[in-house]
Parts: sequence; structure tokens; C-alpha cells
Amino acid sequence: MAEARIDVQVEHRHAPPPADRKHPNTCPKCGSHFRDDELDAALWVCTNCGHHFPMRARKRIDWYADPGSFVEEAVDVRSDDPLGFFDLRPYVERLAEAELNTGLGDAIVIGQASIDDHAVELAVMDFTFMGGSMGSAVGEKFSRACDAALERSTPLVTVTSSGGARMQEGILSLMQLPKTVCAVEDLHDAHVPMLTVMAHPTTAGVLASFASLGDVTIAEPGALIAFTGPRVVQQTTREKLPEDFGLAEQNLRFGHLDAIVPRPEQREYLAKLLRLFRSRRGD
Amino acid sequence: MATDDHELNIRQRLSGLSRLPLLRGARVAGEADRLEQQLERLMADTSDEAIWESVELARHPDRPYTLDYVQRMLDDWTELHGDRGRNDDGALVTGLGALEGRTVVLIGHQKGRDVKERLERQFGMPYPEGYVKAVRVMEIAERFGFPVLSLIDTPGAYPGVVAEQHGQGGAIARSQAAMARLTVPTVACIIGEGGSGGAVAIGVSDKVLMQENAIYSVITPEGCAAILWRDAGEAKKAAAAFKPDARHCLELGVIDEIVAEPRGGAHKDHDEAARLLKESLVEALDELDGASGEDLRRRRRAKFRGMGVFA
Repeated sequence: MAEARIDVQVEHRHAPPPADRKHPNTCPKCGSHFRDDELDAALWVCTNCGHHFPMRARKRIDWYADPGSFVEEAVDVRSDDPLGFFDLRPYVERLAEAELNTGLGDAIVIGQASIDDHAVELAVMDFTFMGGSMGSAVGEKFSRACDAALERSTPLVTVTSSGGARMQEGILSLMQLPKTVCAVEDLHDAHVPMLTVMAHPTTAGVLASFASLGDVTIAEPGALIAFTGPRVVQQTTREKLPEDFGLAEQNLRFGHLDAIVPRPEQREYLAKLLRLFRSRRGD
Repeated sequence: MATDDHELNIRQRLSGLSRLPLLRGARVAGEADRLEQQLERLMADTSDEAIWESVELARHPDRPYTLDYVQRMLDDWTELHGDRGRNDDGALVTGLGALEGRTVVLIGHQKGRDVKERLERQFGMPYPEGYVKAVRVMEIAERFGFPVLSLIDTPGAYPGVVAEQHGQGGAIARSQAAMARLTVPTVACIIGEGGSGGAVAIGVSDKVLMQENAIYSVITPEGCAAILWRDAGEAKKAAAAFKPDARHCLELGVIDEIVAEPRGGAHKDHDEAARLLKESLVEALDELDGASGEDLRRRRRAKFRGMGVFA
């Protein structure tokens, strides 16, 4: 028996574009739909059109690191709430909710591992934790990853995915820019390589700090890489945006990236670079 | 010594005053009477109203801009134009000048006074070329051992299509990195709006000062309100929540010292504002004298790497 159902359409003055609420496993580019396990097996890349879905930090670490080699560090670092920040909800509540939903302490996971038998330090961001925003905890964990890489003289491989600095921590979140920059400079001084993979999206404060300072910087296809995203540029300047505005492809064309590397090829690409950097000079 | 006791006493009062961990990292420099002034400022009114007043004063159209100060503080000012690659960014001025007989490199955001100049200077919002120019003059400072002074006053880096294509994010990152590498003394002062990445790009300094009615923030109050309250009209609420005023920046250890302004704000008396700023800049440079370049760099990095509050 069919359920009685009334379809009600409400007209809004500022109506969102229709049908933008697709299932997260539906490819936004070609509309193909996948089960979780299908996408997982395909490294969260659409098998039909190659669209890169967001990849969780732990999944990516599993994919990059040699089996069983990853040892997580700074597990207990948590953001504090120095301002007692309260917008529509308290910041502490948002933090607790994010931790429950993601199983992560904050928006970055760090630790030592090996890739194709090369020892590395990994620092991998996770966009699902409050939009990958960088507050004190993210800044501190990235900074510690630099120290760990420096101490063991192993290359740092970092994967960025972030909406920028975390507004709820006010000015202290802005200070994570110089903080992470200083950490990278210490790494550079010690001749420890830093390889950066920019995933969708790498924007604002993270792009304007450590993400841009890698010795080699690659990006995933279609990733948004911009200091100011398209919506804000449009609203503030009313400029007409080029079709691929801010995307990895445009960034490559303008000289801001070394390469765009599809996810399934990244492990081999990183391994190749790690081989090349093996014969670097010491201190 | 008596003065030491006095200083200690003030320091104790200072740390007792603030709820830890807020004071973590806050350094209050200078001799006793300056400490006392800082103490007064720390106890000053910090109501939401006072914070919003700072926002309005920081953006006051008659507030002195970088070149107003340069004119009054530096002798033999010589502006250096262009990034040697693509452009000369009017929103960020750089040059050489003498501060009480000592050659310095100055880098500062510049807003415009009238409509024409505002457009030419992009309302104080630099393109990447501005930051490339800043790095170029930092190299001159490093080569010849000149201190680097930064005057910060920008709503933010320019948010446009071409700015993105020319690599705004990377330019801001590399300007900070260049500052982290310098082995010369560096002092910055926020003289108006310290807007986000575009501000901190030239603010990675040994000493960071801030005028009492300036603001320093991760995002504009309007931007924050638009995102978190979904209404840019709630800017006042947003400012009260993220506290961009000088007192809170001092309390959080983000700045080292608050620089006094003439009564009513810097716009009331440009000469007096410049005199007070110059005095603080000279003192800050004096305090950095004698340290080796390597020490300066190490301490600068340690200072910024210590910023943040986490458990």
C-alpha cells in the first residue's frame, strides 16, 4: 500500500540550487553511485570519471605507509578554548562533537612510518574534523612532526586539506601560520626534505603557511588550492571567475605546483622522490 | 634592588590578574614605569563596547597610515619600488630610512586617503607582488645588517582572481619564511587593522608591538559574522567573541607591548602618535642590541613556535 504523501514545495527568496544535497557517495562530477566498500577499494576515486572524493586521514596513512609501519605520535594533544568562544554554539561543544564524529583528536594525524622501506614522518590532515581548520592543536602537532623528522633526519611527508585557520581560537589560530612556518624553516636548515601533497581543499591559512613551503609540492586532481576561495572572491570583487579558478590545474599552469598526481599513483611517486632525496647532504 | 622589587611586584600582579592559561607566553618588557603602564592597560575597560570602539578607531579614515609615520619618524626616507618581476604594489610600501641616525629597512601596508589613492593602493590590500617586494628588501636588510621595521595596517591580502593566479597564499608563506630566516633585529607594530594572513606576512618579528586602538585578528568581524552567525550584520558580536583588541592580544602572548596613542585615538594628533610610536620602536631596537644574529633568529623562532593554547 502506497503511503499517503504530500509534496510541498516552499519558495525561498534565496533558494539554494536544486539537487545539491546528493548522497556523499554519489560522484558530483558524473553522478555514479558507489557503496562505501567500493569507494574504499578504489582509494575513494570515482572508477567511472576519476573524481577524487575526500579521503580520511587514517585511510590515507594506511594507503601510503608500509603495512604495520605507522606509529602515531602526539595522540593526546587537544585544542583548548582560550577565548571561551561562543557563536551560535560553544566552541568546546563543537570540538567534542567533532571528536565523536571523526574519532580524531583534531584535524591532523602525525606519526612515523615507512613508505616503500624509506623511513618518513607523516603529517596528514583530515577535512572532516571542523573543515580541517588549523587551531593551536593542529599547529602544535604539525610543529612536533617537524621536530620528529628533524630528530631522526627522515623526510616529512605532509598532506593538507583545510579550510584555513580556526576562527574559534581567534588571533591564536592566526599565530599558527608563523608557528608552522618557523617549524618548516628549522627543517629546511637541517636539510630534511619536506614533500607536500595538497588535497581538496587547501585554502587560506594553511596554504599561506606550511603547505606552500614544501621542497616538492604536488596536488590531487581537481583540488581547490586558493588563499581566497571562489565564493568570497566573487562576493568581494564581483570579478568574473575563470572556469578552473583556484583548482589544482590552474595552479599548475601558473607555476604554483610541481605536479598533479592522481591518488592511485601517489605512493609510487612519493617513493621515487624519497629514493632521490636519499643521497642528500648531511648537516 | 628597590626597582627590581617593584618590577617583580608588578609582574606578580600582572600574572595574578589574568586567568591562566591566558597569560601564557605574555612578556611585558621594559622598566618599571612602562610595566606599570602596561598593567594599567591590562586592567582597562574590555567590555564588548570597548572592543568595538577599537575596531572603529583602527579603521578611522583619519588614522595615520604608514607614510604619515615614515614622514615623521625617519630621516632620508627613500622608497624602494617594485618586486623586480612583475609589478610595484601600492598597498605595501618599502624603503630605506634613518631612525635616530640608524639605517633601517621599513615595510608597511599603505591605505589611501582619497578615492583615487584608495583605488591605487587597493585599500591597503597587497597582491602577491607586494609580499615579493617585501622579501626583496628584507634581503637588502640581511646583506647589510639593517634592522627591519614593519608597520601593519591591512584589512587582509587582496582577494581577487589575479592575486590568486599570482600565488597569494604562497607569497604570504614565503614572506613569513623570509622573516624567520633573518639574522638582523626585527620589530613590527600593528598601527591599524592587522587583518589575517596579509598582516602576519610581515609580522614575524623579534618584537611585535601594537597601538592601543589597533586590532589584530584572524578574520574581519564581518567575515566571521557572515560565516559563524550567517549574518555580516552581527560583526559586533563576532568581535566581542574573538577579541581582536590590543589588550587581549597582549594577554594571549601574541604581542609584546602596547604602544600608547594620543587621547581619543591616533587620528586626533598625528605628530604625537608618531612621537609615541617612534619612542617605542627605538626602545624595542635598543633592547635587541647586542644579541648575535644567530641568537635573534633562534629566539624569534622559539617565540612563534611557542604560540597557542592546547591541552
